[in-house]
Amino acid sequence: MNNSVYPMVNEDKRKFSWKFLFSELKPKGEWLTPFNIISIPVMLLGLILIVIRFSEGLGAITNLTQEVPWGLWIGFDVVTGVAFAGGAYVVTFMVYILNMKKYHPIVRVTVLNGFLAYAFYTGALLLDLGRPWNVINPMIGNNFGTSSVLFLVAWHFFLYMLAELIEFSPAIAEWLGSRRAHKILSGMTVGAVIFGITLSSLHQSGLGALYLMAKEKIHPLWYSEFIPVLFLVSSIFAGLSMVIFEGTISHKVFFNQISKKNHQAQNGIIHGLSKICAVTMFAYLFLQFLVFIHGKNWNVINTPMGYWFLLEMIGFVFIPMILFFYSYRTVNIFTVRLAAILTMIGIVLNRLNVTVIGFRWDAAIRYVPSWMEIVVTLAVIFTEIWIFRWVINRMPVLSESPAWANEEK
Amino acid sequence: MRIDRRIFFKTAGLIGVSLAVAKSFGAAVPESNEIEFRGMLYDSTRCIGCRACEKACAKAHGLPEPQDELKAGVLRKTSETQRSVINNYETSKGEVFVKNQCMHCNEPACAAACLTEAMCKTKEGPVIWREDKCMGCRYCMVSCPFDVPKFEYHSANPKIQKCDMCYDRVVKGEIPVCAETCGDAIIFGTRRELIAEARKRIAENPNDYFDQIYGEDVAGGTGWLYLSPVPLEELGLNTRLQNTSYPALTKGFLYSVPSVDVLLPPLLLGIYAATKDKQTKDDENE
Repeated sequence: MNNSVYPMVNEDKRKFSWKFLFSELKPKGEWLTPFNIISIPVMLLGLILIVIRFSEGLGAITNLTQEVPWGLWIGFDVVTGVAFAGGAYVVTFMVYILNMKKYHPIVRVTVLNGFLAYAFYTGALLLDLGRPWNVINPMIGNNFGTSSVLFLVAWHFFLYMLAELIEFSPAIAEWLGSRRAHKILSGMTVGAVIFGITLSSLHQSGLGALYLMAKEKIHPLWYSEFIPVLFLVSSIFAGLSMVIFEGTISHKVFFNQISKKNHQAQNGIIHGLSKICAVTMFAYLFLQFLVFIHGKNWNVINTPMGYWFLLEMIGFVFIPMILFFYSYRTVNIFTVRLAAILTMIGIVLNRLNVTVIGFRWDAAIRYVPSWMEIVVTLAVIFTEIWIFRWVINRMPVLSESPAWANEEK
Repeated sequence: MRIDRRIFFKTAGLIGVSLAVAKSFGAAVPESNEIEFRGMLYDSTRCIGCRACEKACAKAHGLPEPQDELKAGVLRKTSETQRSVINNYETSKGEVFVKNQCMHCNEPACAAACLTEAMCKTKEGPVIWREDKCMGCRYCMVSCPFDVPKFEYHSANPKIQKCDMCYDRVVKGEIPVCAETCGDAIIFGTRRELIAEARKRIAENPNDYFDQIYGEDVAGGTGWLYLSPVPLEELGLNTRLQNTSYPALTKGFLYSVPSVDVLLPPLLLGIYAATKDKQTKDDENE
């Protein structure tokens, strides 16, 4: 076998070697940025807490109880994090399946974001597992619990991460300068996208279906047999709001990486996305309304939990929906960003209401996450952002692909 | 269509044979499934609150002997160190003791929830937990309508603790330790016999019993059956639960999964092909 299979020499005659990889591992740019000053201590503290968690058990750093066995780490890190990662399947659907060329500049960064979200937030799941060394059991058939929603979610997560990795892999190939791999991997993109959308639709809804058996434990305003559908529909605008939000920040932080053409395209993209958000939010609200009427929930609306529900639905779904509608009529970027942030708050509220706040809302002792659970969650998020930044600064994600990669097409 | 005699006899004969065969197949089923679900009948009118069952249970499963006092109005709960507890309720008919442990549902939510089948309903009836399979996700705890499985939060190698109806003893043909220790408030047997026995007790002494067997229907039927002198809510038995199986709640979703997995990709492929064609035409027109 010679080098022609995986040519290790790229356009710039840069030798692929471990030296190159090591040099890429080194940080680029300034060290003492405000983000680093905040994130480094949190990540170190999180690491210490994780060590304590594995030596002393979950009870040492979490406030989980026998009645509320899933807390912040599942309700926020996994359930909410995955909803926000929904942008990847929506954008790949638009670009690769519907062939909307307009959104092509955001595809890579969205897929990268989705992949890292899955890798980290489901990676955080390992912290929550009491017996993580058995995590491989449902994969190797010890045993296949096929009647379990969680079994399906686990498999769909796992396969989806592979699909996203394939979708993103051409960028890695461009970074390493291996043309052959790039050609093969690019050819797999459409297949991975089709596969990925299917898997996403099922695990986004599956995360809701996890709670179907907790019928009496969840407040009736948030429990219905339609949780899976509601989760799926809301993941569309949750994901797109995240894309808008992340795009806004990336265009500031990584300004010099983005070509002029893509900078100009950005506003058009954001306006297009705001339309989709507005329409899906309308569908979602309508569905919530039907579920509310169907569940005969009028009697609980005039209670503190009822007001909380109304706040979620009106303040963080209805109002941002109006803002999205308004923004694409008036072409106002500020309104879109405001709406995206409100929508994201609404998604956090909704997912936490199902999984934590409305779960055992009637219990004598309520579960409130400990500060240590929050620190670990923040540490996970910061680590993800670090990796994100590392990748953006090295691979052609926001920046243009090298010339040779485009020639191939 | 004309049916002549020959065809008529042929058809009738075929139907007859197939009916007979089907019947004999049907008859064979109970024989091959000789093992019936075992269960426990707990008669709270007979329980004197001696807590011998609690102590025997702790001893049999290597758990610390319960030390806390039993007081009316103070609710004791099962925990990671106690699989079974007795509570004392002040009711309209005076003091009544109630035992609490895993209900061993006919269709357990915990077992349906478990992605590794670490929780499983055995053919003998007990619902058991298997250490070598469990990954500690605690989805069984989320799903169990009775909040039975308990997790050892303060261990680096945590286990799920819950009553296993002394499965190791049941497979050997012995009876669970609580039933063995108890005078006559707890009896062990096949679920069918126990329901018949419970009905008989209610029928013979209608004044002593509330006319309902808790566990006959709740959550689709459970292995533990309760008799009570007073309405069930007075004994802290959860009557808000549905009377159908909990795993059935996820059935619709689970059934939709293979359909979506199979039908969505071709649909997406079709859309992809369609939009691609349009794109090439557009390019040509330009």
